[in-house]
Amino acid sequence: MLGVLAVCALPLSGARATVVEPGPAAATPHVTATLLASADAVRPGREILLGVRQRIIPHWHTYWKNPGDSGSPTTITWRLPEGVEAGDIRWPTPGRITLGPITNYGYENEVTLLTPVRLPETLPDNRPFVARATVSWLVCREECIPEEVELAIRLPVLGAEARPGPGDPAIEQALARLPRPAPGPASFRRTADGGLRLHLDGLDIGRPASAWFYPDQWGAIDQSATQVFSLNDGRLTLELPPGETPPADGERLRGVLALTPDGGADDASVGYEISADHAVIPAAHGGQPAPVMAMALAFLGGILLNLMPCVFPVLSIKALSLLGHTGHTPARTHRLGWAYAAGVLASFALLALALIALRAGGQAIGWGFQYQSPVFVVLVAYLMFAVGLNLSGLFTIGASVAGVGSSLAGRGGYTGSFFTGVLAAVVATPCTAPFMGAAIGYAVSQPTAILFAVFLSLGLGLALPYLLLSAWPRLQRLLPRPGPWMERLRQTLAFPMYGAAIWLVWVLARQAGADAVPVALTGMLLIALAGWLYSITRQGCARVRLSGTIGAGLAVATALLGGALALDGWRETARDAASTDGGAQWRAYSAERLAELRQNGTPVFVNMTAAWCISCLVNERVALRDADIVDTFEARGIAYLKGDWTNRDPEISRYLGEFGRGGVPLYVYYPANGGEPVVLPQLLTPRIVRDHLFPAAGVSPPPDPKESS
Amino acid sequence: MKSRPFIPSAVLGLALGLLAGGAGAAANLDQPAPAFTGTLAGGGMASLEQYRGKTVVLEWTNHDCPYVRKHYDSGNIPAMQKEAAGKGIVWLQVISSAPGTQGHVDGPTARKLNAERDAQPAGAILDPDGRIGRLYEARTTPHMFIIDPTGRLVYKGGIDSIPSARKEDIAKADNYVKLALDDLASGRKIARSNTRPYGCSIKYAD
Repeated sequence: MLGVLAVCALPLSGARATVVEPGPAAATPHVTATLLASADAVRPGREILLGVRQRIIPHWHTYWKNPGDSGSPTTITWRLPEGVEAGDIRWPTPGRITLGPITNYGYENEVTLLTPVRLPETLPDNRPFVARATVSWLVCREECIPEEVELAIRLPVLGAEARPGPGDPAIEQALARLPRPAPGPASFRRTADGGLRLHLDGLDIGRPASAWFYPDQWGAIDQSATQVFSLNDGRLTLELPPGETPPADGERLRGVLALTPDGGADDASVGYEISADHAVIPAAHGGQPAPVMAMALAFLGGILLNLMPCVFPVLSIKALSLLGHTGHTPARTHRLGWAYAAGVLASFALLALALIALRAGGQAIGWGFQYQSPVFVVLVAYLMFAVGLNLSGLFTIGASVAGVGSSLAGRGGYTGSFFTGVLAAVVATPCTAPFMGAAIGYAVSQPTAILFAVFLSLGLGLALPYLLLSAWPRLQRLLPRPGPWMERLRQTLAFPMYGAAIWLVWVLARQAGADAVPVALTGMLLIALAGWLYSITRQGCARVRLSGTIGAGLAVATALLGGALALDGWRETARDAASTDGGAQWRAYSAERLAELRQNGTPVFVNMTAAWCISCLVNERVALRDADIVDTFEARGIAYLKGDWTNRDPEISRYLGEFGRGGVPLYVYYPANGGEPVVLPQLLTPRIVRDHLFPAAGVSPPPDPKESS
Repeated sequence: MKSRPFIPSAVLGLALGLLAGGAGAAANLDQPAPAFTGTLAGGGMASLEQYRGKTVVLEWTNHDCPYVRKHYDSGNIPAMQKEAAGKGIVWLQVISSAPGTQGHVDGPTARKLNAERDAQPAGAILDPDGRIGRLYEARTTPHMFIIDPTGRLVYKGGIDSIPSARKEDIAKADNYVKLALDDLASGRKIARSNTRPYGCSIKYAD
């Protein structure tokens, strides 16, 4: 089935073709192959280049060492005299042959594949040097034909000091088509869309008409997909879409970069040998934290969480309940503290488990991910509202009507403490404290054990203040004495809870659209109804109490199930239109849009945000909508891209991952003309923005004509 | 602290909130394989959905491609098809050559070719408009895909490890598809699930 077709040997002058011996040339229906040498004789101890020239009939092609999506490279099997060594094929810079969705790397018309051959120190000079080769190739147009020929070349042997005459000029031409050494260092990195970004420095050329990177190996990049390039100050940047098996960490990216000069034909392209280092983007504050560092950061972040507006009321209530226990033995108070800590830690362990499960399922996830579910958001809104109603005194639950200050008896005290801990953890998650981002981002990308350790450190930090309070009677004595003021404080604390509920309904509206608002508010109505029903029936007989409880239970169940079922799977479709929302004009982030802007040399500011991320909203309000910053963006022609992570979005998750982050906010500035991206801190002021965007220029520099292209 | 009864429901909500999922359309490993319905060479339609509960092998083919002939003339693929059938695995050929290009056949011809080659796949799907081929981003003939009984794509790539058109190489090569099916049958993780497909280009319709 190797349909070939050996073949009219073309007798050349000087070559004694015999019946048994193949000659230097052979032809198949598609290819004429000729074995050539770089000199007309060989010398002992020297190297000679042997070339297999393929002349291919029009519209057909043979293949490069990586044939691309299909096909097979040409192979040469040498049979050489004793002691003679052949090296690997040196492949000229290939071209691209595209057929529908399939791209191949290879050669059309003519190509010469060179092989260096080293001769031993001693050669018998009484007979000629004979090199024989079996050359196999696949030649394709739309259909493919494997072909194979036998070739042989005879060259006289000269003395070591003799000067042989010139060889075939095709060898010189082939040498000119070999890829050159790279003019400078090359590096690559992973991009947000999972592709690779290749940089090559030191190019002293004008803007090429086209650029293409040919990887040595299958799978490193998508071999058919468009490659977008830009050239600035001798640095070429090429965006390579992801392949099936991208280079592992620490692996180099090898191949040939072909640049076609402006106005030149495809075969005028110049190739460069590329062996690119895997570069890692340095994080904003000195790289990725080590496990211990991440745990310490998470612990501190957890302590800070206690001061966040949604957590503080919960903690205050807890501290108040502690006052109620002043009659208890210190040991019991101590145990209540531990029950609270256990609640916090159990919640964070559950979160860590959920993260691990989702990660195992291949989901792109990050910190705050649970708030990307509208069902979760509405249930937390209900919870906040219900806690608020309870604090306002609409209803009380349990026998101890006297409420705060009365002694809680039995196991209920521990269970209550445990679930207060759970509550604190649930309400704390959207308030990512400034330096927790790095620790969590790190944890999400780490093995299970480290992820757990970081999350538990965070929980421990959150639980610490109350734990200290309960463990140290001395601290408790610093608390004010119980009195009627406690009831008033309790009622006051209801209002932050209502505020939190309003905010969550707003998040929900952003996530699932305006239609979700009546669903959520109806649920709250039902919860209020349930609280009231329950409360008014407490004074009645057993029957009345039972029907009140059942009625309240039904109303709550309707609210919860209604909210969950109605909102499951709701997603507001992404708004792509340009928008201003009171600040600089922005457009929705997409990897292509970013690549396109960078390709054009436009400076870009990327803001990754989410409606449920409080620090994101504060940063936008304080810094990004600052009139001076808005003016600067406009004057400098900075394109503003905003990625909304309110709902799950794998593209944004990958972008965050590229910068070692597991959550929002993330602010990145790409200077004009392909400069290195600058990562801004997670807390912004107008000054911080200016300092990072224009580090040398100081405050509000005038527009620079060089940068606005 | 009187709001106790509400808090457990929040924990429930947390669990509920984590249950949202999504499905993609591309042929990505360890993701649900793209659904398709195609015309069978023997008449009638076949959909991927109907084979849920069984392992499915998809083999892109073109009877005139030298790489396909390597594996059919040697009896390699026909033997694999028979072995698969014996284990209850559904082996489907897919023919995505456009009309007028190499490898394009009608139903009767596809069946006749299989009879001549002693090939007994569970079916041959005619895909002259290349819809299924493009859905799976099939590039070569042969190009192999394996879908597990739950409908997940668990293998894509070449039939074996030596990309040549020489029959003699078959014995020397690691047969990736056979290895993957063995791994799948014994509940192991498939060692090499994403390999280089090799062969002729699929002759897609423009």
